[in-house]
Formats: sequence, structure tokens, C-alpha cells
Amino acid sequence: MTNSWTDIKNADVVWIMGGNAAEAHPCGFKWVTEAKAERGAKLMVVDPRFNRSAAMADHYAPIRAGSDIAFLSGVVNYLLSNDKIHKEYVRNYTNAAFVVQEGYGFDEGLFTGYNESKRTYDRSTWDYEFSADGFAVRDMTLEHPRCVYQLMKKHFERYTPELVERVSGTPKDKFLKVAEWVASTANGERAMTIMYALGWTQHSHGAQNIRTAAMIQLLCGNIGIPGGGVNALRGHSNVQGITDVGTLTAAIPGYLALPAESEPTLESHLGKRTFKPLLPNQTSYWQNYRKFYVSFLKSYFGAKATPENEFGYQWMPKLDTPYDALRMFDVMHQGKTTGLLCQGFNPLMSIAYSGKTVAALSKLKFLVSMDPIETDTARFWENHGEYNNVDTAKIQTEVFMLPVTTFAEEDGSFTNSSRCIQWKWQAADAYFEARKDIEILSDLFTRIRKLYEKDGGKGKDPLLAVDWSYKDPMHPSADELLKELNGKALVDLKDADGKVVRAAGQQLASFGEMRDDGSTDGSMWIYTGVYGPTGNLAQRRENTDPSGLGVFPTWGFAWPANRRIQYNRASADPQGKPWSDKKKYMYWDGQRWTGPDVPDYVPTIPPERATGPFIMNQEGVSRLWVRGLMADGPFPAHYESFESPLAANPIFPKIRGNPVARVFNNDMEIFGSAKDFPIVATTYRLVEHFHYWTKSVHANAVIQPEFFVEISEELAKEKGIKPGQLVRVWSNRGQVKGKAVVTKRMIPLKVDGKIVHQVGLPLNFGFIGETKKASPINSLTPPVGDANSQTPEFKSFLVNIEPVPGPVA
Amino acid sequence: MFQPIANPTTKPVAPKFGDKDLIRRSASNITPAAQRQPEVAKLIDVSKCIGCKACQVACLEWNNLVEEVGINVGVYDNPHDLTPNTWTLMRYSEYQNPESGNLEWLIRKDGCMHCEDPGCLKACPAPGAIVQYSNGIVDFVHDNCIGCGYCVKGCPFNIPRISKVDNKAYKCSLCVDRVAVGQGPACQKACPTQAIVFGTKDEMKKWADFRIKDLKSRGFKNAGLYDPPGVSGTHVMYVLQHADKPQIYANLANNPSISPVVEIWKGVTKYAGLAAMGAFVAIGFLHHIIAGPNRVSAEDEKNAEKLTEGKA
Ligand code: SF4
Ligand code: SF4
Repeated sequence: MTNSWTDIKNADVVWIMGGNAAEAHPCGFKWVTEAKAERGAKLMVVDPRFNRSAAMADHYAPIRAGSDIAFLSGVVNYLLSNDKIHKEYVRNYTNAAFVVQEGYGFDEGLFTGYNESKRTYDRSTWDYEFSADGFAVRDMTLEHPRCVYQLMKKHFERYTPELVERVSGTPKDKFLKVAEWVASTANGERAMTIMYALGWTQHSHGAQNIRTAAMIQLLCGNIGIPGGGVNALRGHSNVQGITDVGTLTAAIPGYLALPAESEPTLESHLGKRTFKPLLPNQTSYWQNYRKFYVSFLKSYFGAKATPENEFGYQWMPKLDTPYDALRMFDVMHQGKTTGLLCQGFNPLMSIAYSGKTVAALSKLKFLVSMDPIETDTARFWENHGEYNNVDTAKIQTEVFMLPVTTFAEEDGSFTNSSRCIQWKWQAADAYFEARKDIEILSDLFTRIRKLYEKDGGKGKDPLLAVDWSYKDPMHPSADELLKELNGKALVDLKDADGKVVRAAGQQLASFGEMRDDGSTDGSMWIYTGVYGPTGNLAQRRENTDPSGLGVFPTWGFAWPANRRIQYNRASADPQGKPWSDKKKYMYWDGQRWTGPDVPDYVPTIPPERATGPFIMNQEGVSRLWVRGLMADGPFPAHYESFESPLAANPIFPKIRGNPVARVFNNDMEIFGSAKDFPIVATTYRLVEHFHYWTKSVHANAVIQPEFFVEISEELAKEKGIKPGQLVRVWSNRGQVKGKAVVTKRMIPLKVDGKIVHQVGLPLNFGFIGETKKASPINSLTPPVGDANSQTPEFKSFLVNIEPVPGPVA
Repeated sequence: MFQPIANPTTKPVAPKFGDKDLIRRSASNITPAAQRQPEVAKLIDVSKCIGCKACQVACLEWNNLVEEVGINVGVYDNPHDLTPNTWTLMRYSEYQNPESGNLEWLIRKDGCMHCEDPGCLKACPAPGAIVQYSNGIVDFVHDNCIGCGYCVKGCPFNIPRISKVDNKAYKCSLCVDRVAVGQGPACQKACPTQAIVFGTKDEMKKWADFRIKDLKSRGFKNAGLYDPPGVSGTHVMYVLQHADKPQIYANLANNPSISPVVEIWKGVTKYAGLAAMGAFVAIGFLHHIIAGPNRVSAEDEKNAEKLTEGKA
């Protein structure tokens, strides 16, 4: 989230799209009900289904799954063509004024630089025009024909309300009401928050969905202000933490990059990332990348990391290609994987195309499941009739189940969607023989290291080099780990005058204290400050909010730097005054930046210097145009899902799917066609369950006991399906059976001249647990991912449906 | 935000009310407490309920109830009705609003309304099986229950359920044990959106006014409070977007009142408890005037007979 859960109460308009907060985030949703009840905020929901959030909404607009970019681009066009944008914000705080170099073009759905056989772009034409001094050229009048603002107007003009209706199936009046409510916030007096989740990410164009939303918020001036933001609602209590700490496939902790094969030396890695400002007087925070990276290496390799050995850079693995989950299983499916350690992971249920997942797991020599509950994956070899129809005798994989403690059985911290790190204390003893994850991993690590010490082998050096100096190497404590993420001074740190500012051994108070000469460590710069010299701030539980704006500055610690709203310098105008009294947040008081939050800015830089509020960007401003930073274009464009109910993309008929999304072995066979599979399906969770865990919990099984399929009354009639009847749903990859929930909440949409039906498939069921047995929902889904993040396309694919003859429950 | 009730101390606290605070006791003559405790109420704001069922699970957990895992029959309601273990149940209704043309998904938390004038208690022939405290809470005392099922028939909201296991009647107690030590009911504590709030009845009415104003400002011109006068008001109240049409909320009673038959019966039990009357007379009478049109199931009847005979 750019903002925080508690900040949602400051919104005047709440827009939920690409998510279903009431369903998947019921506790956070309370801030929506607060905004409504206490502030009179309006809630609008755009979704293929009239869902639980829609039940709370003042306005609901239906949409065809997978057509979000057309809808959102329609909003962009509405704002631009009606001139309903926050002009001064756009002019000064976005790159609207930047001039794009000659040579860029967009034609028939493709940007310049496309290579069809490689399915990639050469992005060199997607850049700014630079002047001789190396700075980007701007036209503050926004009139230059090649400035971003003008390019945008042209790019988005095709997305008229009529086109939105034709592509997305949203009736024009319902679309326009959304656009008008958005526009009502483009003035610095009112704020809109956007809440989204996997309904936007899980598409072959997921990243561009979110980007288009960000563009809307920038046009309205809704970033950096209370009640605004583009707010990603995270799906687990600590998934923000797990992303921060570097489980992304190409990242190390704190969103720094894993070395690539093409970066043989530390300098070659850092050199590529020593960004210089693109405008005069900009901060470009990433200039500090080197300090963060070296501190990370010092944490990892301790005393063994020295300037002479590039701080141990050579011990880091060098990435040849990103190993996201889809690729991991593709490689496994090719028989190239010996063993898989599943830690809190149930891939048989959660990875697209379960048929392939079972085949892949069957090729392993061993599978380890570290989990507090018995997972379907750990039992993938067992025949469960039609729900998991495998030939056990043919599977040779040896499976180990290592029971681990649950969150309540250990100390540690959670980082929530608000980026707030909150400590939690062990509440119960471990159950039976369960052990903590960290103990199992330490045990494994220690044993493997001993074996290497004794016998040697490939990859021995990094393992021996790792600094494992915990008090008890077999039981590193959560306290020690958080301290390590934070970092400390390794020698006395002195300022320019030679004064000691941080004594050797002391914890660092902020990432600003990190150095690139090996004198500090700290494995995750963004968390620095959480465990500073005054102790563990994640343990703070002071429930006071002096400003009344939901800041709660002394509750836990929000990264970075305990900042609750990111980019908050943008809550004031270029002169440093709040845009309006209603949205007063951070402002210049003549001496420094002040307000209820920690400024996202150098606190003493005066407004006259015109340093941009987006200090993490080289431009100092936000990007409506992303240069070459995204694989599929500097602007978004509507692409159909790989499985689309339409014969062709109605806007760009020559393009199938996202032109740069990865399809393994270019295997288009995997996709079904609208002729055989005319119905659009989307998957989602239910509030009664948490992923694939609570199907093993009795009370949750009671309140939602069995897999079902949501269909419209019209589709039920067409197919002869009665409420409660068992139906079969199948795609080109597999089938599932469930009870029909026939509902007015699903409606057929008219898209490009034809009626399109959609069905809803909840994902929480499986063949292990207390709920009635069901096949994995991902038997149906295609293994194609977003072009940027490789997040699978779970939210829109094609199926067919028929009633299963037999008595109706 | 409604000021949440503070967490309790971990030290034992003396209950704030008890037997001395009874105002009614089934099939018994009692002298009501001279002074009433402040009347309490739970306010369920249907317009804020997201139907998450946290309240339903909180009820199971706090009261140590184990419900069976059922099946899906084509709706979100699970289980499909109140049971001896499910004392509260979310009921989902899809309502196509003819005026606005909008679909509305109305989600109502069903359960005992804790009527000021409780039909269950009046119908109950077993002395002390149902009691009402002066703060308004209506509670079943299972040791005294004979399982005859007449409370089910006497209740205008069709709430109590007879257990097949121990043949006793069960329903929501408004977490009388929690309220007695200054806490709100478990469902209220669990509710993430404050769709359930708890306090004195006066506070709840005031809060309801605030909510109704908001709903009216959003175009629900018939928004209102459900506190039906036919049972002299209730200690569980609803805020409804369409207070003029309670029936669209999964058949919420439009104008609930106690059946006249129960009122007559109440006259009889008031002066002669079940034991004094003799079981046969009682059962005969009940069978004649209550079970006739309403029908207590044959099995309930037989069980009740067996039990009462054994006791008599
Ligand atoms: S709702 Fe029914 S069970 Fe509850 S107090 Fe009223 S009459 Fe008795
Ligand atoms: S806990 Fe609250 S929001 Fe959830 S179902 Fe119950 S009343 Fe509704």
C-alpha cells in the first residue's frame, strides 16, 4: 500500500476493483465502513461478480473478467478529454511535461521495437529526449506534441465510453458514473483511494492493470495525500514481509537485485544501478544503492566480506533466468529437478494447471513438506478418486512431512499491507513434535555445511562463507534475526568533522547511516530503524493518533523510516503549502517539512529548490510514461486474456494475448478456444476460508463446507441447471465438479455484439481436510503469466459447463 | 466508530447480575426485582454486514458448540437453518430493488431477538426452564428444560431448536456469561465492521439514529430501526435499509406478536406450575391448543412425554 489501512477512513471516494476487500480483507474493510459512516464517503465496486464488497457499495458496475485495462483507460480518457485532472499536480509532480524522443510509435496494438520471434521489445525508443547537459527535456506548457501529456491524450482517446461498453460489457451509464466519481476527486480537496488485490495482478497483463490505476491516481493528484493512494491488499498476514525479505525470484532483501550472469563483478552490478538524476536538483534516492548492497553483503558474509573480495559478491548465485513458480514447475516437469522443499507452500493447489503439477511432482526424487497442516501437495501421490486420480504405484517420489509450528507458537513479526512491522509473542507451546521453521532450516544448514566441510563439493565456498554467528546456531531467535535485518555499525561511525555518530556495535537508527565501505551491516535497508539503538520498535503498541488522521505513529514501525503515507511531500503544492485545508498533511513551515507523518523527503530542502516529491525516481516526479521499465510498453494497451471469448481483440484485432507474455515452448496448444469453451471463468477466495489452510479447520468447514460454482440465472436456464445441482466445469486442461449456486449476482454481459456468460469458481477447496472433497481449482487454469511479474492468469480463462445428472441436493 | 468495549481484566470479577435480577421465570410465580438493571441491547446493522460469518464462528467457539460439516445446497447460508448448535446464522437474500433498479444483497444475522415480552418463556411449561433478567436477556436453563418444544411454537421468530442428543432446547443466550462481567457478546467482539454493536438499549437506539441518517442520505428513504412493538420491543435490534419491508430480509417477521393461544396458556401456567398440574393434563392441553395448527414434531412430542412422565 502507498497509504495504510487506517488511512482509508480519510477517503471521500473508495474504489474497489481487481479485489474484493470485504471478502478477502474483512478486518481491513472496517476502514471502508468507517469512511462511509463517519465521513459520508462513497464506495464504488467494479467486478465481474456482484460480490460481498458490492453488497456494501453505493455504486456497482459489472465488467468482463480480463478487460480492466479497457475500463481503466476509459477513465483516463474521460479525465483527459474532459480536462478533469489536477493540473498543477500533473504538471509539477508527474512526467507529463517530459518530451519523448523521436522514433517512438504505437500501431495496431504494438509499440515500436517489437520482435515477434522472441516475443520481446527493444525498448530503446521509449525514452526521453535529453539535452546536452544530460537532463531530460521538458515543456511545462504541456503543449509540445511529443510531451507525455500530449502522447497520452492521443494514446487513450480511442477508449471512449462506447468502446468500454463494447469491450468490457459495462453499460455506458454505469461506467460514466464511475468516471464522474473519480473526477470528483481531481482537485486537492477530495481524495479517492483505490483498493485492489489479485483480481488485477493475476492476468497476463496484470502489472499494466495496476499501472493504469496509478496513472488515474496521478492525474487526480491522489498520490501522497491522506485518503488517497494505490493500495495493494496483501493476501496473507505476512506476505508483505515475505516479499520485502526477498523471496521474489530476482531479488535479495529490500528489493535489491540478485546478481545476474551478465554482472560478473560487484562493480558491474552496481555500475548499472548508480542512477543519476534526470533533472537538476533531484535526490534520486537510488544513488544509495551501493550502501545498501554492501551492508547486505556484510550481513551475509560477516568478517569474510572485505573490500578485497568485493564483499563476497562472488559467493552470490548469478541468475541466468528468473525462477518464478511457473518456471520452477516447468523445469521440474522436464525432469530436471531432484528435490523440492515446500515450506508453507501447497503448489498442487496454488499453481496453474494442476495436471502438470502432479506430473512434475511425480518426477522428483524427494519432496519435503514443511507445514503446520497436512497439505494436498504432501499427498499428491495418493489416489482420491476423481479428485486426484493418480496411479500411486507409478510414483517413486519419496515424501517427507516435517510438522512446523504455527504463527501463534513462536515469537516473530508480521508486516501487514500498511508496511507496518508488528511484533507478536508466542502464545502457545509447539504442538506434539512440531518445530519452528528456523530451527529446521538451521539444523539442515548446519548438517549440510558439516558435510561440505568434510567431503567438499560443488558450491562449497558460499556455504562455508556464510556468517552464522547466532548465539545458538541451532536456534537463531526472532529477536536476533530482526536485529540483523536492521543492521549495526561495525566500527565507530564518524561524521565529516570526525565526531562519532554511531559507536561500533550499536544498531543503526536509519538507512541513512549505512555506508558502502564495509563499516556497517544490515541485510534489509528498508527495515532499518525497526530495531535501532532504542530497541525493537515493532513491539510498540501505543494506540494514540494525535492528528486524528489514522497515522498512529507509535504503533509498530512502518517501513521505510516509519512513514505511513509514501510520497507525502506531494500532499503540499510546489510552494510547500497544503493543496487545501481538507487535505493538509505534510507542509513546509519555513524551516523544514513538518506534519503528522515522517516526511518522504529530505526534511530541510526548501520548496524553492524544486526537488521533486518522488525521490525514488531519477526524474524526481512520478511516471505516467515508464520509459523502458516495463516489458510490455511505456503505456498500457488493452490486450485480451490468452483465453478470450471473442474471436479477436476488438481494438487491435491482430494481437493475441499480451504480445510479450511468456508462453512455455510457445505452446499455444494449451489454450482452449471460444468455440469449445464459450464461458469466461474467474477464481477467487471466500471470506469463510483462508486459502487452502482452513479447509482443515472444523469451524471453517462448517460455515462453507463444499465447493460450488456461481452462475447466472440466465446461464442456468440455458444449460438446464437447477440451484444446488452438481455441475461439471471443464477447460482445455482439466475439470472440476461442484454445486451450482444460481444467483442474480452474476449477469451475462453484452460484449462486442454477443452475450458473454461468466462463472465464478471459489478456490479454497481440495481433497485433504474437513470440507467435502473437490478437485484443485487450478486443474482448469492456464500456465501463462504476466509479462513483467509472471503472476499466472487465474482471473480470466475459458471453460464450459453442464449439469451432472442425478438428484439435486 | 462506536467506542469499543475495553478488554476485561484477567482477574475474576463478580457477575453484575444474577438470580436476584429475574423479572420472569417460566411456569412460576416470582416477585420481580424491585429495580431493573439498565436494559441492554445488541444492534445489528444489516447495511454494514459483509456476511463474513465471523460472528457465527465466534458463537460456536465461545459457547463450545460443535456443528456438523454439511453440504452446499446452492446458497451461501451454512448450516441451512438454526440448529441446537448454531444459535446464530447468516441468511442471504438477493433483492432487486424495483425503485432504484439496483440489486441488493441483504445479509441478516438471524438468532434470538431477546424479546421484552418473550413468547418462548410464556409457552414454556417447565418451571424455570426459561428466565428473563431485568436487563432484558432471555436465557434457557437447561437443567429445567423438559424438551417439549413449546418454546419453538411460542416464539414468533422461530428460534429455539431441540437437541436430539439431550432433548433440550437451545438458542442464543446473548452471551449472558460475558455480559454479566461487563463484556459484549462474542459475536459483537468478532465483528470486523461494527455491524454488531452492544450497549444499553438507549445507547443502541441513539447509534441506530446516526446510522439511519447516513442510510437516508444515500437514498434509502425507508431506512429504520427494527424493534417490534408486538413483543414490546426486543433486546436484539436491526438497522434495516428497508424497514418497511422486513420480510425481504429472509422472511424477518413483519409484525411479530405472541400467539393468542400462548397467552391463554400463559394464564394457566402462571397459577399452576407443570408439576402441580400433572403432566398428563399439561400435555393433553398443549396438544389440543398449541400443537394443533403449529405442530410440534411427533418425535419431540414423544420425547417430551417420556421425559415429563419420568419426572412426574
Ligand atoms: S426471539 Fe424467540 S426465543 Fe428469543 S426471546 Fe423472543 S420468543 Fe424467546
Ligand atoms: S461478524 Fe459482523 S460483518 Fe461478519 S457476518 Fe457477523 S455481523 Fe456480519
